[in-house]
Amino acid sequence: MAIPSSISDPFASKFLPLSSSSYNPSRISVPAQITAKIEQTHLTALRRSQCSSLKASMGSPGFTQQLNNSKLDTLAEVKDGRDDIFNDLKDRFLSFKKNVYMENPEQFESLAKVQTPKFMVIACADSRVCPSNILGFQPGDAFTIRNVANLVPTFESGPSETNAALEFAVNTLLVENILVVGHSCCGGIRALMGMQDDGSTSFIKSWVIHGKNAKVKTKVSASNLDFDHQCTHCEKESINHSLVNLLSYPWIKEKVENEELSIHGGYYDFVNCSFEKWTLDYRGTKLEENGRIVTKNKVFWS
Amino acid sequence: MLSKHCKTCKRSLLVSAPIISKYFSLHRKGITMANQSSELAIEQLKKLLREKEELNGVATAKIEQLIVELQGCHPNPIEPADQRIIDGFTYFKLNNFNKNPELYDRLAKGQSPKFMVFACSDSRVSPSVILNFQPGEAFMVRNIANMVPPFNQLRYSGVGATLEYAITALKVENILVIGHSRCGGISRLMNHPEDGSAPYDFIDDWVKIGLSSKVKVLKEHERCDFKEQCKFCEMESVNNSLVNLKTYPYVDREIRNKNLALLGGYYDFVSGEFKLWKYKNHVTEPVTIPLKGLDMTI
Repeated sequence: MAIPSSISDPFASKFLPLSSSSYNPSRISVPAQITAKIEQTHLTALRRSQCSSLKASMGSPGFTQQLNNSKLDTLAEVKDGRDDIFNDLKDRFLSFKKNVYMENPEQFESLAKVQTPKFMVIACADSRVCPSNILGFQPGDAFTIRNVANLVPTFESGPSETNAALEFAVNTLLVENILVVGHSCCGGIRALMGMQDDGSTSFIKSWVIHGKNAKVKTKVSASNLDFDHQCTHCEKESINHSLVNLLSYPWIKEKVENEELSIHGGYYDFVNCSFEKWTLDYRGTKLEENGRIVTKNKVFWS
Repeated sequence: MLSKHCKTCKRSLLVSAPIISKYFSLHRKGITMANQSSELAIEQLKKLLREKEELNGVATAKIEQLIVELQGCHPNPIEPADQRIIDGFTYFKLNNFNKNPELYDRLAKGQSPKFMVFACSDSRVSPSVILNFQPGEAFMVRNIANMVPPFNQLRYSGVGATLEYAITALKVENILVIGHSRCGGISRLMNHPEDGSAPYDFIDDWVKIGLSSKVKVLKEHERCDFKEQCKFCEMESVNNSLVNLKTYPYVDREIRNKNLALLGGYYDFVSGEFKLWKYKNHVTEPVTIPLKGLDMTI
């Protein structure tokens, strides 16, 4: 597996010093079980062999620290076979701390006081589609909610964790953009499409039912396609229905009308590595009588 | 935006040569993406000119024209929000996805994360950043104040669905709940309704999942100031979530079968520290009280 050496980062001006040597792209994908097999990577060097005992002063944001050239043995060993997990998590955090946190003290200092993200992102909990990875959101950029199948329930459906987060992001943090990101091979959408009305209940069923309008529309417009392609169709349809559901919240609708808030949909295809994005055209959608959503600024990158 | 090309670019698309149309998409990328990509597009076109000797004069002229346009193109301005996303995706694609084809090939077929992570929606605490989780490693749920409500089939189907999927379908081995410093959700829990403010539609209903942690903290740390109490509650609420996790039958079953571990974490971005602990529910082996030597005649 090819692991690149330091590469200049487009976010250099925001978080990272311009010299590429200090930014080690430890965000390279290396599943934990493969780490040991790779000899010459920055990741290995950072996590295992370097000085790693870091101390930061409490409270004051001055971040006085000492780097000791001692091995990582400060954490008491847990003797029940889960040592690996503790060590793994320890290494992960220390690598972040050394390469990102301590390289950008001013940014983290100001973030510690307050967050002012421009985006709210609603994404699926799927391990392959974290917005921080695929869209490069850095600390402070995006207030993120992740649930099964990136669904947005309607205002009328009552309290849920998704609308609590919406309320906070829109009314308190005053985000300027809401982005709903769907993706290929979504298990939640598949469950929605395959759901039978056989009286059985489960949490998954009770949740994905929030996307039932997308399922109905897909069954109507894509009935000639096979199940897999219907699911792909539904993944995209469901994003648009979530965008419409966002407008059912009065405080969201008001801000969109006043052009203080934009609503966007995005679709990440991890089979072909492509990303599509579009913006809800509020005025256009209002004018459409048949409930169809109108979009603008549609873009596709692959 | 792709829909607003330079007029000159659009005219060149009308040429039917297959080679041109193949590289037109590269040209479009060159316009809308960050510097890294347009340089890549120019390189590819120059390579094409060098290597494809059979190109006729017309094709050559068109490719040269594309190169010139890429180098000097002034596209219509892109919305800053869109540009931000373009740059982020391009960086991921070029530096991560394209460099690890075997991994992403495998992930396209299915996911088998070892971790399930509950983290706060706060923009500053993405576990992918602070714990460097790469695609495929962690099934991640993010909500206000990283809360896990107790098992309740009539509501909280959102969290229930994530747990059901993670345990029964993905068979994760670890559930990690991460709290953090200066959490707005915990602050609201600790503040309201004592501060007399108007209730929110949804936030208050959600954060009251952590009510037992608030009660505990107010009792055990009543002399501390509000900020310190919030900090204790941020950690206590993680423990409350861990306890709530055990109320889900499939979670409890997997723990008993030693297939699943529950972990708590706390990220303090003020001091730059991370605390990590385990939730252990330990039942000792039974000790047999010996019958030998006892007088059984009672």
